[in-house]
This record gives sequence, C-alpha cells and structure tokens, in this order.
Amino acid sequence: MIRFLAKGLIRDRSRSLFPLLVIVITVTLVIFGIGFMEGAMNNFIKSAAVVSSGHVKVVTRAYQKDSHQLPNDLALLDTEKMIKTLNQMYPDYFWTPRITFGGLLDVPDKNGETKEQAPVFGLGIDFFSEDSRQIEIWELEKCLISGHLPKNRDDALISTKLAEQLVLSIGDNVTLIGSTMDNAFTTYNFNVVGTFNLYKGQTDRQMMLVDISGARQALDMADAASEIFGYHHSLYYDDQEAATMRQSFNLTYGDSIAQELRNEESFDALSYMTGWNRISETERSKLPKQRSEALSDNQMYDNAEEWEDLSVEDPAIFSPTMLALRDGSQLAVMVDFTDVAMAIMAGIFLVIVMIVLWNMGLMNGLRRYGEVGLRLAMGESKGQVYRSMINEAVLIGFVGTLIGTILGVALTYYVQEVGIDYSEAVEQLSSSSMVMPNVFYAKVTPELYYIGFIPGVLATVLGTMLAGLAIYKREMSQLFKELET
Amino acid sequence: MRNILVLFFLFSFLFPQSDQISAEDIMKAMDENLNAKSRIITSKMVVRGRRNSRTIESKNWVVGTDLAFTEYLSPPREAGTKMLKLGDKLWTYSPQTDRVIQISGHMLRQSVMGSDMSYNDMMEDRPIEQLYDATIEGSIEINGRDHWIMVLDAKVKGLSYPKRRSWVDKEYLLPIKEELYAKSGKLLKTASLHGIKKVQGRWFPSKFIYKDELKRNSKGTEWIIDNIEFNKEIPASRFSKALLRK
Repeated sequence: MIRFLAKGLIRDRSRSLFPLLVIVITVTLVIFGIGFMEGAMNNFIKSAAVVSSGHVKVVTRAYQKDSHQLPNDLALLDTEKMIKTLNQMYPDYFWTPRITFGGLLDVPDKNGETKEQAPVFGLGIDFFSEDSRQIEIWELEKCLISGHLPKNRDDALISTKLAEQLVLSIGDNVTLIGSTMDNAFTTYNFNVVGTFNLYKGQTDRQMMLVDISGARQALDMADAASEIFGYHHSLYYDDQEAATMRQSFNLTYGDSIAQELRNEESFDALSYMTGWNRISETERSKLPKQRSEALSDNQMYDNAEEWEDLSVEDPAIFSPTMLALRDGSQLAVMVDFTDVAMAIMAGIFLVIVMIVLWNMGLMNGLRRYGEVGLRLAMGESKGQVYRSMINEAVLIGFVGTLIGTILGVALTYYVQEVGIDYSEAVEQLSSSSMVMPNVFYAKVTPELYYIGFIPGVLATVLGTMLAGLAIYKREMSQLFKELET
Repeated sequence: MRNILVLFFLFSFLFPQSDQISAEDIMKAMDENLNAKSRIITSKMVVRGRRNSRTIESKNWVVGTDLAFTEYLSPPREAGTKMLKLGDKLWTYSPQTDRVIQISGHMLRQSVMGSDMSYNDMMEDRPIEQLYDATIEGSIEINGRDHWIMVLDAKVKGLSYPKRRSWVDKEYLLPIKEELYAKSGKLLKTASLHGIKKVQGRWFPSKFIYKDELKRNSKGTEWIIDNIEFNKEIPASRFSKALLRK
C-alpha cells in the first residue's frame, strides 16, 4: 500500500514536490530558529558566568551588599579551607577563587616617570592550579591576540583595547596603583605577557587578567579572595539546581558560620568583663552563645536607628553567603526572560508553521476534489479514500520532516561551530557592566531531532484530515452531477 | 571704697580676662602650638580595621608648611615606603616596585595606609588662621577643663572641610576635639587630641585620634607621637626626589 501511494506521489509532482518543499523549508527553519535561540541565550549566560557570576558564587554577606564598590576589605578569608569544604559539599561543581580589583595602571618611561596612566579593572584568576579549568572556560587560547598565557606570578594579560590606550607592547612593565585589602595604598609591578580580546562587547575595555597569586601579593590578600566561583562540571547552567544549592548552603553552612562568628565576638566582649576568669568553664562556654542570641532577639545587630550607640556591629557580615547566577545584576530578569521568551517564541513559530502546513494540506485536499469524486464513483468507500489521503500526508510529512531535520540540524551545527558575528552592534550597544558576547553561536540540542515532527507531520496530517472530512459530505446525486460537468 | 573701684576698673582694662580673647587670637595661638619652623617626628599609626588592627611606624621631617618627607619603618610590607611633599605635590616611592609615583587628583582622597586619614589631610599643613574665619559659639566644661566652642568657616576655596567645629582647651590652646564638615553640612571626620604635654615650651598632644565618619563602623585611627623635636635644622637635600630611591 505504502509503495503504491509513494509511486502515486512521485508521479504526480503537484501532490509531492510542492508539499515536500514546504515541509522541508519550514521544518528546517523551525529547527534552526530554536537551535539559534537556545544557543544565543546559552552564550549570554555562559559569558556572564565566566566573567562575573559563576553558576554560583560564595562571598561574604558584607561584600554582597557593597559588591559594586569591589570592597576587598570585606573579602573571604581562609579560602583554601572553604574551597575544600565546597568541593566536599558539592562534588558536581568545581570551585575557584577570584579577586576583583580596580585601580590605575601606570606605564613608566625610561626614567621611571609616568608616561601613560589609565583606570584598570583587574581580575585575579587561578591559572596555575593543577586542576584549574579557567583557561578552558575563558577560552583564553582562542582570545589571545598576541604574546602567551601567564607563566609567572607577576605576568599579566591586558585587553587589546587597554593596550592600545596605553600604547603597551609585550614585555612592557606596568605598575598597578590600588588599595590593599586593608585599604592601604599599594603599587605593584606586572609584566605584560600577552593581549586578549574576549569578544564580549565593552566588557574587557579596561580589563587586566593576572594569576590570583599575583593579585594576592599586590593587594596583600594572602589566602583571601573577593569571591569563590562554582561551575558545574558540564559547564551547563541549571537555574533550578543553582537556586536550591544557594538556599541549602545559606540555611545550613552560611548560618552556622554566622553563629560561630557571633559567638566568637561575644566571647571576646565578655572576656573583658571583670570577674570573667572567676566564672566556671561551663558557664564560660554557655554565656557567649546566650549573649549572641539576646543581641539577635533584641535586633541590636547593626540597628543604630533604634539602639544608637548600643547598636552592635554584626560579625555575621563576614560569614559566607552563596549567590546563584540569577542573583547577579539583571541576570534574574535575563534567566527568567530566557525561559519565557524561548517558550513563547518557539510556540509562536510552531503555530505559524502548523497553520501554513495545515493550509497546505487543506488546499491539497480541495484541489483533489475531482479525483476523490471519481474514486468514489468507481466504488471506493469514503473511508478508504480518506485513509489513503491521510497515509499520503503521513508519508509526505515524514519524508519532508526527515529531510528538514537533517538540513536544520546541519545548519544549526554549522552556526554552532562558526557563529554569527554581531561585533559592531554589540560594541555599540553593550556596556562594560553587561557581559554580552560579540559572536552568537547556535546549539544543537536533543530536542532539535524530534521537534520538527510536530509541525512537519502533525500539521500536514491534521490539514489533510480536515480537508478530507468533505469526502463524507459528498452525496451520490451530487457526484453524478459533477461527473456530467 | 571709691578708689578701690577705680583701681578695679583700671586693672580690668590692663589685664583682659581670657574669655575676652578674640577668635583670631585663639586660632593664632593654636597655630603656634601645632606648627613650627621645622619638626622631626617619630610616630606610630594604629589603624583599627573592621577585622584587625595594624600598627605602622614612620619618621617624618617637616619644614614649614610646604616641605615634608616621610619614611615608613614597619611593618615589613610598608618598610622602606617613602613620601615626599613639595608644596601642593606629593610623591610616593615603594621599594617593591622601585617606582616614584605622583599622587594627584582623586588619589589624594584615598586613605593613607588604610587609616582614617586621607592624603589630602596629610597635605593640609597651612595655618588654620589663613584658611578659616572663626566665631566663638560659647564655652563648655569637659572633664573639668574649660573649653571654647568655635565654629570655623572656610575663607579660601577648595578645602576638604569647609566647616569645622572645635572644642579648644582654654589653657592648652589646642583643639581637643574637632568635627570636620562638608559644604553640605555632612559630618565627614572627627579628630581628638590626647595626652597633652609641654614639649619645648609649647603644649602638644602625644596622641591624635581620627575617625572617618563616612566609614560605617569605623573604629578610628590613632596617631601616637613617640618623639618630636621642634625647630631642628633639616638640610634641604632631605626634600629631594632623589632621596626617595635611596
């Protein structure tokens, strides 16, 4: 039967070629459209994760509050220990320390006097650890324009934009003028070993990348870090998982450290009391906790408005807190927008395509009105005619979708590898605070292999089914009348 | 009795009471106590951060209001760092980088070694009499000592603190406590003087406490004077840029 129908389809081009072409084109477009949207959004999230947020990150509560000021005096301490703990708690993620700092980059002339000076936005990244994946996730080998990657503590990579501004070349010495984590003025020499372009709009306009050991030395931040970034080993961001992780970390680990810090501070405060040494060891271990709880219950921590001079600075501000990628500036909106926009856009696209194919099926059915009449007159039952038309539609839909899927996936794969360069527009649109990739890549996802069948087969078949319903309305008298004409 | 009254009036004109001293005279007296032809100071700065405290030792050579040279002695990270002030210019040298960097523009508002003092505070050595118009707001007794409360309004432009309120000890003629305000009236810093001693014939504090009121929960910075010598000859070569690298 299928062979018979296939033969009929091939012989009558108007029944096969045109519908097949329409299905192939629309399915290709559906698949590429969805693959490109998915890829573009993924690029955007990945860029933000690499440069500014990680999939999740750990900072102190105080740092989180003033993070736009890059307050390294509020940085995390004992980071090595904390990273070990995080690795144990969340083995599906890898954790890496990061120091973010601002300052001035000073270029000396041959006499050591200032020749050029410009503001710099520096990142201290863990390049040298054995298991570090920073070079991979930053795609630094691809982004390196000249020179080589850092090999020593004092090596620095400078963005091409900053290098042009300061007229820097490989091998030059530059002096960072900034503040230590104690807010003291500091100067530190770095050697320029390479220039890079992140291809992310204005993000790298003033950027300098150094190894975290160099940043720690320059800013007097031994075993400290502004932030600890966590990335899923697959590098795929799962918003729900990240949000759950954040919640559980903050409720358990973060709060327990906060309590510890409060108790330590209470112990210090109480130990100045006269007679403290006369109190029993058991009491001494109980009292700090009681004091911390009382201060907390009475809301005396950082509540100067109500308690004025009696207000107590909350030591818990130095306890760690976890943030998910969505907690970063504008990123929550972006993540939510991504999900909703993707669903809406894919939905609209599918509906339009389905209407087109449906209409095509309908038109095809109507065009074959005469043929149907003849077949009924020859004795075929209405059901037989109807089923053969549906079978034809399934056959055309399946073959068209198959070809469309192959073409669509191939096109998506090509754009996944090559990308579409929007450099000019992105350079003009983006700001240094918003990380936006210059080149958008599509992404071949598993759903692309089957999504085309919804419009390709379903819509064609539904269209044919609707058109075919007319077969059942044909009366014998009307049929003979049609045959006469 | 009449003669006694006449004598009393005569004496009261000849020896005016200290409360009748003018605000300008008080400022002049304060300047005379705090400034000198030259000063050599060895001091400690205790910077109380939110997480820890650091003590920074330094030696300063100062001539008049325009020339100053500072060498940091400890802790090891800061040791060897030098600063030179020539008029309104300030240079710093760090042995780590072997670079002499001029501190200018917004960098002058940065904190000195993480303290509550800015480079601008350090640079401003001019006599207050030249910078402010003063009025006496009243008198008050603090810790059993009489003080004038004075309000100082800037008479020159570009000062970091266009308005100050000072509590001036009537005997020491030193501003024991000061509040430093922005033009908008916002309190920026507070300063207090402690351990007043007689040094080479003048009253001088052995400890200053500065507090940046814009820093939340700031615990203040103590500047402890270990040793001070006034009007000692300092060679002009001390204030050369070449000496920064030596």
